[in-house]
Amino acid sequence: MELWFTERHTPNVKFSIKVDHQLYSGNSEFQRIDVFDSKEFGRFLTLDGYMMLTEKDEFIYHEMITHVPMAVHPNPKNILVIGAGDGGVVRELTRYASVESIDLVEIDELVVEVCKKYLPTTACRFDDPRVHVYYEDGVKFIRRCTDQYDVIIVDSTDPFGPGEGLFTKEFYGSCFKALRDDGIMVNQHESPFYDEDAAAMQRSHKRIVESFPISKVYQAHIPTYPSGHWLFGFASKKYHPTNDYNGTKWSMLGIKTRYYNPRLHTGAFALPCYVEELLRDVE
Amino acid sequence: MAELSQTNAPIYEALRKFRRMRVVPFDVPGHKRGRGNMELTEFLGEDCMNVDVNSMKPLDNLCHPVSVIKDAEMLAAEAFGAANAFFMVGGTTSAVQSMIMYACKEGDKIIMPRNVHRSAINAMILTGAVPVYVNPDVNHQLGIALGMSVSQVEQAIRDNPDAKAIMINNPTYYGICSDLQRITDLAHEHGMLVLVDEAHGTHFYFGENFPITAMAAGADCASVSMHKSGGSLTQSSFLLMGKNINADYMRQVINLTQTTSASYLLLSSLDISRKRLALGGREIFAQTVEMAEYARSEINEIGGYYAYSRELINGDSIYDFDVSKLSIYTLPIGLAGIEVYDLLRDEYDIQIEFGDIGNVLAYISVGDRKRDIERLISALAEIKRRFGKSSAHMLTQEYISPVVTETPRKAFYAPKRSLPLEEAAGHICSEFVMCYPPGIPILAPGELITPEIIEYIRYAKEKGCQMTGTEDINIERLNVLDI
Repeated sequence: MELWFTERHTPNVKFSIKVDHQLYSGNSEFQRIDVFDSKEFGRFLTLDGYMMLTEKDEFIYHEMITHVPMAVHPNPKNILVIGAGDGGVVRELTRYASVESIDLVEIDELVVEVCKKYLPTTACRFDDPRVHVYYEDGVKFIRRCTDQYDVIIVDSTDPFGPGEGLFTKEFYGSCFKALRDDGIMVNQHESPFYDEDAAAMQRSHKRIVESFPISKVYQAHIPTYPSGHWLFGFASKKYHPTNDYNGTKWSMLGIKTRYYNPRLHTGAFALPCYVEELLRDVE
Repeated sequence: MAELSQTNAPIYEALRKFRRMRVVPFDVPGHKRGRGNMELTEFLGEDCMNVDVNSMKPLDNLCHPVSVIKDAEMLAAEAFGAANAFFMVGGTTSAVQSMIMYACKEGDKIIMPRNVHRSAINAMILTGAVPVYVNPDVNHQLGIALGMSVSQVEQAIRDNPDAKAIMINNPTYYGICSDLQRITDLAHEHGMLVLVDEAHGTHFYFGENFPITAMAAGADCASVSMHKSGGSLTQSSFLLMGKNINADYMRQVINLTQTTSASYLLLSSLDISRKRLALGGREIFAQTVEMAEYARSEINEIGGYYAYSRELINGDSIYDFDVSKLSIYTLPIGLAGIEVYDLLRDEYDIQIEFGDIGNVLAYISVGDRKRDIERLISALAEIKRRFGKSSAHMLTQEYISPVVTETPRKAFYAPKRSLPLEEAAGHICSEFVMCYPPGIPILAPGELITPEIIEYIRYAKEKGCQMTGTEDINIERLNVLDI
């Protein structure tokens, strides 16, 4: 018997992982949630059939979405995380002693419960006293926030389904308002490779450019996401992601990472020509 | 044949049966189930093209219904609590015109509020009926026209005892209702028919705790836009009739102007939507109201905006309010409604129903999702943060009482000439000028053009309102009576 998980990356491209067995399947008010175990990637989580994370490569995504803004901001104390019910971003954030509070806003409580039970690799720091979890729509939560966060991390799903509000201009504008004068917002920025993903990436970039004075994009290699070539958005009111970056200072913190390091930080903002062109088209 | 109930949809069922028969078409439409126009078929879908068929025995004929359309109309009448109901494929415009053409011949008087939809005044041109306008009460803060006050209707009846009918638009676009029951009773005491433009009130018939419906109030006719809150396809409507209306004569009136090739896409959409609302309308509209109420409270919390509701009720010209409507007053943030309307679309990819000088209306229905409501609220908050300014120098006047000097028909057909807008004051207009939506005329044929109206037209144009009705597409010139 062979059991395979398959996701269509485009109508003409499929990506499959051989499944050893299924650990969980259920439907929440918002989406279908599945957890599988596999020989190659360990356990993995899918929402509505789309790959969210695998135990083997989640460190790349979570380190890159967290440490880049945390290393640029000189003194990040109050952090807001939107989405990220798997706990991976929270795990990375709790490694900073300077952080005073982490507000996590996840629309789907069941995702958090399922991850706590089946994905302890990521969902392992929810009990840190600095972490406060709110189960509500991020678009609604942030509407009421003004001038109160140093860093906002938007760990959204895709720009369709329950997470689509997190790719809108009204949401980015609300993030701007919720940040302090030197605040930074980082977001999951889709892929530049396949046409449909690239179009979503451009739409998202255009809206961020219109909302923040500094808006840059950086990349990472994430093997289980479509094309493997993935982008993050770095939007900021004051700090430039490389000019205002002090790698030595970050190294002194002694946070042990597997992907992120100061040289890679700077390098991640150097983009391929075709990506630069896609971004320029909407700037 | 088994007895029909609201679980049936006779036209829909007949179309499904017809599709299975795989009849070879040597009749119109010439696209022959889509095969003759593949680009259109790919765009609309094969299922859609397959039922775009012509009237024939198994599918009945809207002009003279004897089988499945007759059954479907009977079920619709039952669902709406009417004596009879007709399926309309020319929009509610055609329903409004038919009920006026039924009630009035040339020279007959009809009492109506001035803030009617253009379709009602068009019917005056078609029939030669003479409108007796009751100026609606106005809320000067919001700048919107309200319902008809009972005392004004009484006065109009005393002054025009020979009027044949009273027309009421209920609810208005903004959700405002008149005292339908008292006005209906009053009209009937004086032997006048009661015609209700209920374009925005389909849900009143199926939801709970909504204002009274025309049929429940004993009105004689009502035009209902099923395609607005009822979920059917654009252009499909119902004409409802009370027991004192001769439905067979009404059908002849409708057939004067309605197409003889009624679209089965429209007919089946009416049939299916009626079934859906009859079976599940209570729940559907409870959800709609819940979303509208939630949005209203969140929007009012933003500050500046005023999403109004039942607190406006004053026992007369705002006798009741339709809480499913999300009408928002925008002037306190320093932006005209039309500016907020444009910003929502251009900046936030959100299309709302309309914006006028002081208000916007977001249409809420069961098709909305909670997360889209959150987007709308956040976008309004962002518009206030990014574009809000002082509200000084904002024009608030919305409703200007017209000076009627000729009947619409006489003015429309009279010799006329074209004048630049700024030279038109003092002349009598021979055409319509209106913002669309909502399609309520600023000027109608036969009305005096005043400097106040010209100023209003100029301001509305400058703010970006979509102006329609005039022969000159750019509304820089007006046609006036050549006298």
